[in-house]
Amino acid sequence: MFDTLSDKLQGALDSVKGQGKLTEKDVERAAREIRLALLEADVNYKVVKDFVKKVKDRAMGAEILQSLTPAQQFVKIINEELTELMGSTANKLSFSPRPPTVILMVGLQGSGKTTTCGKLANMLKSQGKSPAMVAADVYRPAAVDQLKSLGEQLDVPVYDEGTQADPVDIAKHGLAWARELGRDVLIVDTAGRLHIDETLMDELVRIRKEVKPHNILLVLDAMTGQDAVNVAQQFQERVNFDGVVLTKLDGDARGGAALSVKAVTGKPVKFASTGEKLDAFEHFHPDRMAGRILGMGDVLSLVEKAEQAVDRKKAEELEQRLRKSQFTFDDFLDQMQQVRNMGPLQNLLGMIPGLPMGKLKDLQVDEKALGRIEAIIQSMTAEERRNPDLITGSRRRRIAEGSGNDIQAVNQLLKQFKQMQKMVKQLSSGKMPKNPFQMLGGGGGGLPF
Amino acid sequence: MTQNWSEVFVGVEEGARVEPPEEKQRKRRGWFQQLREGLSKSRQALQQQFSAIIFDQLDDEFWERIEETLIYADVGVESTVSIVEQLEQAADAGEITDSQQLLHHLRTITADHFSGADARIDVSKMPTVILVVGVNGTGKTTTIGKIAWHLKQLGKEPLLVAGDTFRAAAIEQLVEWGKRVDCEVIHSERGADPGAVVFDGIAAAKSRGADVVIVDTAGRLHTQVNLMKELEKIVRVIRKQVPDAPHETLLTIDATTGQNGLVQARLFKEAVDITGVILTKMDGTAKGGIAVAISHELDLPLKLIGTGEKMEHLQPFDAGGFAEALFDDTLLGG
Repeated sequence: MFDTLSDKLQGALDSVKGQGKLTEKDVERAAREIRLALLEADVNYKVVKDFVKKVKDRAMGAEILQSLTPAQQFVKIINEELTELMGSTANKLSFSPRPPTVILMVGLQGSGKTTTCGKLANMLKSQGKSPAMVAADVYRPAAVDQLKSLGEQLDVPVYDEGTQADPVDIAKHGLAWARELGRDVLIVDTAGRLHIDETLMDELVRIRKEVKPHNILLVLDAMTGQDAVNVAQQFQERVNFDGVVLTKLDGDARGGAALSVKAVTGKPVKFASTGEKLDAFEHFHPDRMAGRILGMGDVLSLVEKAEQAVDRKKAEELEQRLRKSQFTFDDFLDQMQQVRNMGPLQNLLGMIPGLPMGKLKDLQVDEKALGRIEAIIQSMTAEERRNPDLITGSRRRRIAEGSGNDIQAVNQLLKQFKQMQKMVKQLSSGKMPKNPFQMLGGGGGGLPF
Repeated sequence: MTQNWSEVFVGVEEGARVEPPEEKQRKRRGWFQQLREGLSKSRQALQQQFSAIIFDQLDDEFWERIEETLIYADVGVESTVSIVEQLEQAADAGEITDSQQLLHHLRTITADHFSGADARIDVSKMPTVILVVGVNGTGKTTTIGKIAWHLKQLGKEPLLVAGDTFRAAAIEQLVEWGKRVDCEVIHSERGADPGAVVFDGIAAAKSRGADVVIVDTAGRLHTQVNLMKELEKIVRVIRKQVPDAPHETLLTIDATTGQNGLVQARLFKEAVDITGVILTKMDGTAKGGIAVAISHELDLPLKLIGTGEKMEHLQPFDAGGFAEALFDDTLLGG
């Protein structure tokens, strides 16, 4: 996320980093770069103006000039201002003491409302809630089908009245239905609408009046340009939403809209949607995001993900084995599956600090290659996995055929595995990685990416 | 007012016109006006900018405000700089002495930034294959429905192929459009291989003598290399049966999109040979200025504009009209 903005800001600050003191000229030059970068990142031009002015004022003040490390101070100021601009805390939903909690989803066409409903339901479900959904988009062809299909996938009940009924009635009936079913959260999907479409905005106001939502979320495409401000202001005026869901953040859009909307409406981004899969959805962390923009990496998010997905007991067992240099293909397989449980590798890589964003952009993780490796290992016998030296020419052929790969792929994996074993030996005789992920991702060992 | 679509679609009957559906007749106005109305918000914004500057001196602040105005329309830094430079040259040459001339130059320069490449859509091949690609939520399926409706009005027999097998209910959405337009839709199950569906679709079109096959594809982010490869595969599948196809590969760009639109267009162009751009959702307050950048920097012609959700809400693109609607007379305080 925000990859290119990171690049630009880092580029602008490099020149500042190169020297001991900040001159007024330095500040001007950095400010100019930041202004350009933010405009290219689709941050609203008025917001950019205010932001750059604030940073300049603070940078030119005594605070930085008297400091011992002006460059660091400069980075700190931008970081703080950026964090403040985006909202300084992670934001949660508000839950009603008398369920069901109603969440109303609103937004333009194509921003990703329906998919977001599914993702939100999935997240709530994994938190132990029992969500239900209402299909109140009767305009887009097959929108009702889409929500129903998501409901089926997630095993979340969906209320609909087809496409002939009035959305306000559907929402009203849906609420009664959810109450009767005893669901504790109700997510209301609505049709995408233009913020200047009076009739449809009126309809939204009526839905709001009818179901009295505890949360109204504006779903906003991360690629939105300068118009994001108009959209957000109009929706704010008519339905006074509580927060924003920023979608399609897995692309390379710089997502300046997030900054603009917060600056103009005061409403925080609460969630970020980061991929095609239903679990690619997370709470938005503005503080971490600012850190990421400045190239500090999203360490916190990474740690959080690793904690969720890595089986601690297995990790400890592995550590024991590593100490005894007993690293086998079974361990390899285990690790690989645990890393994959954390979500698409592409997303994880972006969170690792120290990896330059520019290089990351060209680095594509082929998830299929990992699948092939799994297949190869799974085609080995238990004995072969424990002792890869057993794997001779004919066994290689068998494994290749069994896993649907050619022999070269098997050879390559064996070679990589050998190197990895070697590395493990070195590690266990010296410094131990704290968790197996570090070894795979950061250690630069055996995985083919 | 009706449009002469035979100037847009090569291969339809000379002078062919599309009559909007009956009930819409009274409300119907020229696309130009529709576009202007869509842009009314931008006009207000621009008006505030311009009425103040027009009689000012042409100093640094003046140029900066023009820059900002263009940036605000999502034209992007590079194209903005290019437009302002040309405007500066005209001013230096003494060509701009009053507000009318400024407006005229601004429009002409902006219109000239659009690619001069052929903006027509050739549907004379039997069958003509049109592939529609783009990022999620940019309006591919809706646009396909509209194109099919227009072609049908123009006496062509379109056939739609539901190549989006990923998004829940994408197939149902296209099938619904097929019903509205009254044309056949070739589809398979959700999760099926899109290549296989496309192969069947082209085969069906050939055997049934359909004139134009329009292939829908799943929305994909241009950064998803694996999905972009899938698109390349779809093109190969199409070529197995119709070697010179797809005859048109159209990219949908949402008018609300900011600078990322340029990256989208660049990467889609690299993967599959884009022949033209359709700017969708021009009925909002977004100015669609990113289209200037895309067309200028990638030499891609804009071909069509989507101005609403109805079948008839599709317009041929006209650079002069676009620039004129963007920089309206009224911004001079009229």
